[in-house]
Amino acid sequence: MEENILSTTRDIHGLYPHVHIWGYPIAIYLFIGGLAAGILLFATIYYLKGKADEMPFTVKIAPIFTFGLVVIGLLLLVYDLHHKMYVWQLFLTFRIESPMSWGAWTLVVVSIFSLLWPLSYIDDIEAYLHERGWKRLDDITKFIRNMEHKYVIPRFVIITFRKYRTLAAYLMLFFSIILGIYTGILLSAFNAHPLWNNSILGPLFLVSGVSTGSAFVMWLSNNKKERQLMSTIDMALIAVEIFFIIHMMMGMQAGPEAYKQAAHLFLGGEFTVIFWVVFVGFGLVLPFILEVFEHRGFKIHPALPALLVLVGGLLFRIIMVQAGQISEYPL
Amino acid sequence: MRYAMAIEVNKCVGCADCVVACQTENNVPIGYSRDWIVERVSGTYPDIFLHFESQRCNHCEDTPCVRTCPTGASFIDVGGIVKVTHDECIGCGACIESCPYDARYFHPDGYVDKCTFCDHRVKEGMDPACVSVCPTYCMHFGDLDDPDSDISKLLKKRENFTLLPEAGTAPQIFYLK
Ligand code: SF4
Ligand code: SF4
Repeated sequence: MEENILSTTRDIHGLYPHVHIWGYPIAIYLFIGGLAAGILLFATIYYLKGKADEMPFTVKIAPIFTFGLVVIGLLLLVYDLHHKMYVWQLFLTFRIESPMSWGAWTLVVVSIFSLLWPLSYIDDIEAYLHERGWKRLDDITKFIRNMEHKYVIPRFVIITFRKYRTLAAYLMLFFSIILGIYTGILLSAFNAHPLWNNSILGPLFLVSGVSTGSAFVMWLSNNKKERQLMSTIDMALIAVEIFFIIHMMMGMQAGPEAYKQAAHLFLGGEFTVIFWVVFVGFGLVLPFILEVFEHRGFKIHPALPALLVLVGGLLFRIIMVQAGQISEYPL
Repeated sequence: MRYAMAIEVNKCVGCADCVVACQTENNVPIGYSRDWIVERVSGTYPDIFLHFESQRCNHCEDTPCVRTCPTGASFIDVGGIVKVTHDECIGCGACIESCPYDARYFHPDGYVDKCTFCDHRVKEGMDPACVSVCPTYCMHFGDLDDPDSDISKLLKKRENFTLLPEAGTAPQIFYLK
């Protein structure tokens, strides 16, 4: 038996009894990063496959949401800083060893691309908005058009972007993959927390992010073929995700004591129900089953599985951020 | 130069003078501390053992805190002292999350603060405040690269251990058994 007692006070808010530095903002930030990466990944892949006209929503429309998402992500990142006034320090250096550093840079690059990409498809976006009946957003597209007509610089940028769209697509593909990987590696870089410090977490976050991306497209697309394709892809991704999760649990179970304790948080510990029943049950298995039924010809509203996957993806990140901070080496 | 500390756990009485000395010397805000005492009880009744450990940042050789810092605010100074440049720190918490010893905390002003080995004193040839105030002389500070320093000799002579070697950070605070 061994017992360790802290004799002097360390009444440091947020540190004891567990490090609790990161809360919902970081979890939402990771969710947004993964989702944006997923959306852009599909947009660029299908563009490069020459399917821009067959899959108009995926390629042309969906990226418009990533700009908003990435901006929200960056705002959340700044919101979570304790020394906010110094945030510019983040952009004075580039430290390859620190995922937080290259992730912040990636987000900036991705935000620029995801602004220019949809701008170069402004006609298609307008048509989509009309079809959806979101006429009030017309003012925005009109405003953009005006800018394009009136001023030289935006016109030049957009025209150039259209001209070199294939090159832009390759770059965007590259950066969206980096963004997706980053959201997983960010946590696994912290070796003080055994739950995070495992090599499956990165790929797991990447797959989960891409899966939320496909769910998002499936939800908002107005094209039946596109929806079906995305739903097939999503099913495959969910299967891979479940495989990774089991693999991760088994890996931790076979590891040293601190890793076993981390696994125990999910196998009998305080996160068991929320993880297995709510996240795996309602966020992975149920949408998977719904999608299977949909393919079999049952009438299921595409928004239902999509929203389950999206909420599940967010919940997964909240759980991992919370549980990871509880999982520590016994000092 | 490689600064390190050796602490004789069997001499430590847990008086917490080192904690108070640090708070005074470094103007640590009330309610926070850069070092602390852990009472370790082991064994089964009636064979119970107890010792005290004065803990602080281990000024690790392999520093996850410096590695994960996105701005370079956390850095390794002369002699392996791990420090934080306050006005480069954005308060992201990455270093806090990556330290297995919970040696860092957010200063109420927003930046991250931690033990500095009292480098302002060390530069002038003095020991860190905690070491010099200890009434039982259980702490020793010095240069590991110098084979003739007290600490090098002590570590050669006596069995010692570090905290959480399994975390892989190569801590530089040694506890003498
Ligand atoms: S004890 Fe923590 S803060 Fe100090 S050097 Fe090691 S990892 Fe960094
Ligand atoms: S909180 Fe400050 S010192 Fe710590 S990693 Fe972030 S920027 Fe670096």
